[in-house]
Formats: sequence, structure tokens, C-alpha cells
Amino acid sequence: MTGAVKRGAVLSTSGITMIFGGLTALSDVDFEVGRGSITALIGPNGAGKTTFFNCLTGIYRPSRGTMTFSPEEGREIQLRKLAPDRITYLGIARTFQNIRLFNNLTVLENVLIACHSRMRAGILGALLRDGKTVAEEKAMAEFSYRLLDRYGLAASANHLAKNLPYGAQRRLEIVRALATRPRLLLLDEPAAGLNIAETRELDELIRYIRDEEDLSVLLIEHDMSLVMSVSDRVFVLDYGVLIASGPPDEIRRDPKVVKAYLGED
Amino acid sequence: MTTVQTETAPPPASGSGGPSSGGPGGGVPESPGPDPAGAPEGRGGAAGHLARALAEFRAALLSAAWFSVLALPLVCFRVNAVSGGIDYLWARLPRLAALAFCATLAWRFLLRRLGFSRVRSAVAETAGPPPEGARGPGGSWLTLLDRAPAKRLLLAGAALLLLSVPFWTTPYVVTILITALIYITLGLGLNIVVGVAGLLNLGYAAFFAVGAYTFALLNQNFGMGFWICLPLGALSATLLGLLLGLPILRLSGDYLAIVTLGFAEIIRLVLVNVGFTNGPRGIRNIQPPTLFGADLNGAVKPLLVGHGLVHKDMDLNKVLVYFIILAIVALTVVCVYRLENSRLGRAWLALREDEVACQAMGINRVRTKLAAFALGSTWAGLAGVVFAAQISFINPQSFTFMLSVMVLSIVVLGGMGSIPGVMIGAAVLILLPEYLREYSDYRMLIFGLIMVLMMVFRPQGIIPSTRRVYIYRPEEHGDGGARPSTRNPDALDAGPGGAGQDGQAPAGVPGTAGGPPSPRGAR
Amino acid sequence: MELFLNLCVSGLTKGSIYALIALGYTMVYGIIALINFAHGEIYMIGAFTALIFSMVLGAFGLSGWGLLFASGTLAVVYCAMYGWTLEKVAYKPLRGQSRLAPLISAIGMSIFLQNYVQLVQTPNVLSFPDLIPDIAILAGMRGVASKTQFAILAATAVSMVALTLFIKKTRIGMAMRAVSQDPTMARLSGVNIDKVISTTFIIGSMLAAVGGLLVGNYGRQMDFFIGFLAGMKAFTAAVLGGIGSIPGAVVGALVLGFAESFAAGYVSSDYEDVVAFVLLIAILTLRPDGIMGSATTQKV
Repeated sequence: MTGAVKRGAVLSTSGITMIFGGLTALSDVDFEVGRGSITALIGPNGAGKTTFFNCLTGIYRPSRGTMTFSPEEGREIQLRKLAPDRITYLGIARTFQNIRLFNNLTVLENVLIACHSRMRAGILGALLRDGKTVAEEKAMAEFSYRLLDRYGLAASANHLAKNLPYGAQRRLEIVRALATRPRLLLLDEPAAGLNIAETRELDELIRYIRDEEDLSVLLIEHDMSLVMSVSDRVFVLDYGVLIASGPPDEIRRDPKVVKAYLGED
Repeated sequence: MTTVQTETAPPPASGSGGPSSGGPGGGVPESPGPDPAGAPEGRGGAAGHLARALAEFRAALLSAAWFSVLALPLVCFRVNAVSGGIDYLWARLPRLAALAFCATLAWRFLLRRLGFSRVRSAVAETAGPPPEGARGPGGSWLTLLDRAPAKRLLLAGAALLLLSVPFWTTPYVVTILITALIYITLGLGLNIVVGVAGLLNLGYAAFFAVGAYTFALLNQNFGMGFWICLPLGALSATLLGLLLGLPILRLSGDYLAIVTLGFAEIIRLVLVNVGFTNGPRGIRNIQPPTLFGADLNGAVKPLLVGHGLVHKDMDLNKVLVYFIILAIVALTVVCVYRLENSRLGRAWLALREDEVACQAMGINRVRTKLAAFALGSTWAGLAGVVFAAQISFINPQSFTFMLSVMVLSIVVLGGMGSIPGVMIGAAVLILLPEYLREYSDYRMLIFGLIMVLMMVFRPQGIIPSTRRVYIYRPEEHGDGGARPSTRNPDALDAGPGGAGQDGQAPAGVPGTAGGPPSPRGAR
Repeated sequence: MELFLNLCVSGLTKGSIYALIALGYTMVYGIIALINFAHGEIYMIGAFTALIFSMVLGAFGLSGWGLLFASGTLAVVYCAMYGWTLEKVAYKPLRGQSRLAPLISAIGMSIFLQNYVQLVQTPNVLSFPDLIPDIAILAGMRGVASKTQFAILAATAVSMVALTLFIKKTRIGMAMRAVSQDPTMARLSGVNIDKVISTTFIIGSMLAAVGGLLVGNYGRQMDFFIGFLAGMKAFTAAVLGGIGSIPGAVVGALVLGFAESFAAGYVSSDYEDVVAFVLLIAILTLRPDGIMGSATTQKV
């Protein structure tokens, strides 16, 4: 597990600084996600992890710094000035810490919506319902269903998202993110609220996604057992500053990390 | 930013910290949870019932007293505008108290019922619709729950009835039906904006006005006819929607509501004050639409009346307008239905549900909002042209805030996002008052009350919108004409079938099915 | 120059009245994030009850300052009762529902109250008697400002001071501030949210009643419909200043009052209202959080 396969980075940031009013939430974060790796971002509450996600996905615009996304070898995109939908289109998908499904829509519709940027139909297509549009609709419905099927949610395809059990909602959020066909998947505390058995499944799920869907994963997580077991590389944030990075075993022993989590003493 | 939402229902006693303890205000709502007093009722017997009834009686009495005090000065001391003195109308007081008493009893009863039904519906929803379809290998997903034959028959019947109306009714009926149909068009248009995309537009009247004035002005100044002006009116309303939408759609919900309201007021004030619209006096003698230049009332009418086909006072121009607006409504229904079930429509729904998540799905927020806003305006413009053609006289007084509220009530009352709901809503709000003329004084009062009551007791509307169910159609051609069964039929077979019995998401290792196309196909 | 001075005074007067109403909007919004659409109606009811009580009490022989204060107090009390009841009937049962529901309920209540007053009173325009007695000292100022304008400014200033003291010094006032900053946290620390919300509605309605009384004296004419436009303007003022912010509402109201007054004086009184709404759209587009509002970052 040690030493992630160095096939270049799918994402790298340098000097990311985010200032809210007078509060510096992130300062000079240099960060990297290896292509095909599972990278974890950990840190105590309020360390700026979610803020970092929000910068990456265009919800916040960092005060300083550059973010480079490389969907394929040899292709580089600057993310800093892009809108969230554009970033999703380019291939970064995310889940949210407090699940944000489209609650009053069905599970299948949730996934269909995520296919948005891969579909072409516009107003005219919708009104005229020409052959191309119908074919596209059918193809996407089928794609969505199969995706749900693959992740064990097909039986609930016509249920409202809000009626799913909690664990299934978390899973659906991941499936929905996958439907945008990302190159990089950002998971914000995917294990929050899951029990031990579910967390173990999540561990397998994340690996499965990385291997089968051929993408890179970046996750924020508090569950250390999950982080240590699943990730190739771990970054530690504390008060907006990156204090350590390396393979899980190293991080576990790093005195700075221990101090950040346990406090002085 | 955040709404205070007291999820934990307050203890019944703490609710009334106000002037009169024990629960005046008719309202003093019980916590909308299962009523604690409801449980022992089964075995409590007569004593329990009596105590309960006494408590209700006491609450209603208190509420009646409270409302009597509250209403006393306004109801019993009427300012006499003519004499400049006060009329003392004490006789009103007991009637008011009695009304408050009964209303409180009803209100409390309904709120308790609501508490129960919420629990019940929550249970029902968890059960969810039964997993449909997935019955055989091969085939494709159809995106539409086809209309049942009975529903089709009903639709055909309704269409036939509506088409035949002018031939067996009076001109009066045709006139109010035209009004109702105009409001249905408006309701369906606003439904796109408010019901589907969740953008509260309180200035819808402005777009209606623009449609009407476009026709009126073009007709007056350049003699242009209805048929040319119909698309032009729709177009100008759409353009105005785009123009207004661009700067304001960044605003969040409530701000948007108020800006649209302000915008509508601006439009109205401009129409009142600008010279070329003839100000408050409005524009008269707008030409009715023609049918291939035929003189309907002159040449055709005697023929029809002669054969007893139409009422002798029927204005055939009105009949033509009726058919035109009927066609527009039919077209609108088809359009709205198709839009709702398209890529764009789903983006609207996503926008309504959660703006942040919506963007994270790759949906451009501004463009999507703009599309909803502009398309909604289009129908207001269409309806405006027809409105001008129907009454042949318009002035700014027809396009006040009350019109926007009326259309909004139609959408809310009928059921936001629901096409049949909007139609029922328009029928109820436009036709009922027409037939209950003697109560016309109370019309707006009742409207206001209905809006409040609907929000309290049935926020989803008369006919709530339903999500459509995607069903599996076995043995149909697959996507793109490829042979479907060659693509790992086992996977398809096992997938839905196996999971369907379980009901729960299988907890095991993900991806037991290896075959189906990867989510990453060719981009 | 005299025109300019007059416009300033009338702008200040208008602004003061808007401020009194705007405070109700902004306080309610700060606490439960609801545009209390019916607030303008409370103000209209304030004007009506003030008129009615002044006539009834006047018939009993009260006059001068006594009549003004007695009818003013009764109007304030009644509006407080109306505000309290309004919240209990139309908003409280809706807590926890979508944001659209209470707003629509509020519009419904607004329509209801308007038509209620129209039905039980009169659809005609009523004239309002001059309740403010002559003040000898002010006689010399006639050219600049009328006694009514002075009274409005004085009453507004007193109300503002009282409100500030209430919010800063009393327990419930502090609870209100706490709830508007972080409702969840406030509830966890034992603040009775129901009580805070009720109080907010009561205070807002009392201020609106003062506004109603004053505007009756100022404009001398009223009908059941005055609440709509005044409510719209006051809401505009609250938004201009940054909704949820109490000093913002006052600043916004003054800006609006001046803008309208100058538009009426230098352009045309026909476009007075247009100016108000154009200002609203312009400010919201350029600075969506208002003059005094702080940019809020949405939590994700």
C-alpha cells in the first residue's frame, strides 16, 4: 500500500488561501491527488476541510492560489475561476457532508439529473420530442437504472429519495455523483452516521469505485479506521494549514498529527 | 438566513404566552404530532370524551371572547364616511362571537386530524410505490407511465364537451369560460416558474400586460391583426422576462419575489403615466380575431342560428376566441408536460429542491432559471393577447398585483407543479365566484382565507403533483437498435428481480453484476 | 433653496414613517426568515383603529393631547393583539414547512385583512382629523416644517430609542438577538423560541401602529388599501438597508424617503413610486445584501 502509484497527479493545488472577512480558513495549502489513488484529507473539526472542497468545486473562490485539474495525462485545466457546474462537467463530482439529495424526486430522477451535462436536448428538443431526444432520454434512463442496479439501489428506483434509509441515501449520493462520470470523486465524510458494518461496506465500495470506474478518490473523513485502511495517501489539515502528508502508517505516528488531534500535552 | 424550525413540538401549555392564557386566537395550534389525548380515547370511555369535549368547548369559548375583543373597534364602530360620525353596530358582535366559536372548534378538529394524517402519510410514503416491472430479459426502459385507457376516455370526453360548449350554451357561459381558460393558461405558465423551478414570481401580471398591450398598440397604430400579434405578444413577454431575469436571478427566493413584485408595479405605473398607452383610460376598440377574413357575425351567424346550432345572441367572434384559447390551453398542457419530463424540466426540479446540489450536478443555475422565467413569461404574453382580443378594451387597472396573486393562488390551490391541479384551481377560483355572484363582496375575503387554510391544512394543493414512475418494458427494442439480449442478459435478469424481493439496498459487496456498461462510456 | 429644504424635511418625514413599518419587516425576517406580507395591513389597521378611537373618545369629550395619547395607545395595543394573533393563526402552524408556504399564507392574510376592513368599515376614502394640538414654539418654523412633521420625527425618534433600549437591555430583547444570529444555538441554550417570535410580532406591530397613527395625521386621508403600498415601500426600505438589520432598516427607509421626495420635487410626482421600485431593483442587483447587510456565505 505504501507509496501511491506515481502516475502524475489528477489534481494539484498550490498556495490555496481562503479568507472570510478577517478569518483565514485556509492558508497556503499545497495539495495533490495522485491519478488513480485514494487520497484522504483529515483534520480536527473546523480545520477547513469542507472549505477546501468548496474551493475545489467552485462554490467558494479562493482568495489566492492555483488549482490544476488534469482529467487525462497531458491535459491541464485551471479551476480557480470556473463555476461549479463547469467543474462538474470537466470531471470533478462530489457528495455533501449533510446529504443533499433531491428529496422529493425519485431515486432514478436523482441519477437522471446528474446525467444533465452529458445530454444535449434543449427547449426545442423537449417540446418537439424528436427522435434524437427520445433516444437520448431512453439511453439515459437505462444508464441510470443500470448504475443504480450495480450499486444495489435498483429496487428503490421509483421511491422518493427522502424515503430511503439513511445508509442508502449516502450510497445514492455517491451513485448520483458517479452518474456525472467524474475523473475525480470528492467524498465529504461518507461514513458519517453509518454503523460499523456499513462503514466496512463503504471501505469496499470506495475501492470498488476506484478500480471499476477508473477514477481517483479524495475523501474527507473522521473515521480513522476507514481512512487508514482505504487511503494511499493522507493529508492533515489543522486550522487551515497543511501540517502533514504521507502514507497512512507515517501519518499515524506523526507527532504533529497526534498533537493536533489530542491537543497540547 | 436560517428559518427557525421548531421540529420539537412545543409543550401545549407554553404556546400561549400572550395576553390571554389558555389559548385564544382560534389558532393556538396543537402540536401537529399525534395527539396525546387521542390514545386513551379507546379505553377512556365516556368520561374521557366528556373531558375532551369540555376542553374543546372551553378553548372555543376563550377564542370567541378573544376575537370579539379583537374585532370590536373595527366591526362595531363603523366610521360613517358621509356624516363623519360613528355608527355603533352592536348587533354584529354576537354573530362574530358565534362565528369565532364555531371556527375555532373546526380549526382545532382539523388540526388534530392533520396531526394523525401526517403520521399516516409518512408511513405510507416509506412503503413507497411497488417496484414496477423488471420482468424479463432484454428490453428497454420506457420513461413514461402510459395513460390508462380509462384516463384517455375521460380526456376525450372532456375535450368533446369543451369543443361543443358554444353550440348549446349562452354567450355568458362562453365569456366566463374564456376567462377561465385564460387563467388556466396563466396558471400553467406560472406553474413552470413557481411550481416546477421554485422561483416565486409575484409580478406575473406584468408579462400578461405586456402581451395585451403589444397586441393593443400594434392593432391601434399599425392595424396589425390578432394572428400576427399572437406570436409577437408572446415574444415580447419572453424578451421582457429575459431582460428582467438576467440581473435578478442571482437573488435568492424572497428577494426575487419582492423584486418581481416591484417590477410589475413599475410596468403598471409606466402604463398609467406614459403618453402612448393612453394612460389610465386605456385602449379601446381592439379588433377581434378573424378567421381567414370571414365576416363571422355577418355572413356565418345567420346560417348557424337558422339551423339552431348556436344561441341567437351568440357573438361568433367570441366563439372564435373561445376556440383559440382552448387550442392554446391544449398546446400549453402538451408543452408543459413535455418540458417537465425533459432534461430541462429535471434541471428545474433540481433547482427547486437544492440549488447547491443542483450546480454540483453540472447544471448551470443562471441559464436554467432564466429558461424557466422566460418560458413562464411566454405564456403570460400569449394569454395577454387573447385577453385583449376577448374584451377589446384594456387599461392598466386590469394588470394589478391582485391579478398576480390570483394566478399564484390558482397554482397553489391546485397543487404546485401539477397540471391537472392548476386546471382545477383555475376552474374553482374563476368559475365559482361567477356562479356565486351574490357573495361577490366576500370573494376576496374568502380567497385570502382559502390561501391561509390551504397552506395550513393541505399545502400540497387539491391535486398534488406526483412523481412519475419509470417502468420496465420487456421485449422492446433496446437503445440504438443494438441487439439487447446479447449484452449479458444475466445481469439484467438478476439485477432488478433479485433486489426487488429484498426491498432494501443489498448490503453486500457492490457490483455483483459485472456486465452492464460502465458509467464511463465513450464521452 | 426653500424647495430643497422642504424636500429634505418631507423626505425625512416619509423616511421616518417607512422606518417605523420597515422595522417590523426586518425584525420578523431576522427571526424567522419570513416576509411578513401582512405587516402593511397591520399598519392599515393601526390607522383605522386610531381614527375610530379618536372619534369614539372624542364623542366622550376627550380632546387635545389626552385624545391623541389615548387613541394612540389603544391603536398600539390593538395592533399588538392583531400581530400576535396573526402569527398564531397564519404562521405558527406552518413552521417546518417549505419556505414558500408561510409566504403564501402571509399573502393570503394580507388579502383577508384588507377585505375584512373593507367589509366591516368602508371601501371609501376617509378623512383623518388633525389630532396633534398646536405647539406654540413651532409656530415660527411654519415655512420649513409643519407641526405634524415635527411630531412624526419626534415620535419616530422616541420609538427608535425605546426599541434600541428594549433590544439591548431586556432579557427578551437579548434573546431576540440571539435567535436572529443562530436559532439552533439559541434554542439549545434555553431560549423560548415561541415567546421570542410572539414578542417580535408584537413589537413590530406596535411600531406599525405608531406609523399608522402618524401617517393618518400626515396624509389626512386613508382607505383600506393604504397598507399595500406602504407595506411595499417599507419592505423595500428594509431590503435596501439589508433585511434583518435594525439600523439597516432605518437607513434604508431614510434613503428611500429622500429619493422619493426628491423625485417628486424635481421630476414628477407621477414617478415617485417608480423611483422607489427602480431603486429597489438597482440596489438588489448591485448589492444583493443591502446597504448595511453583511455578505452571507452559504453553508454547504
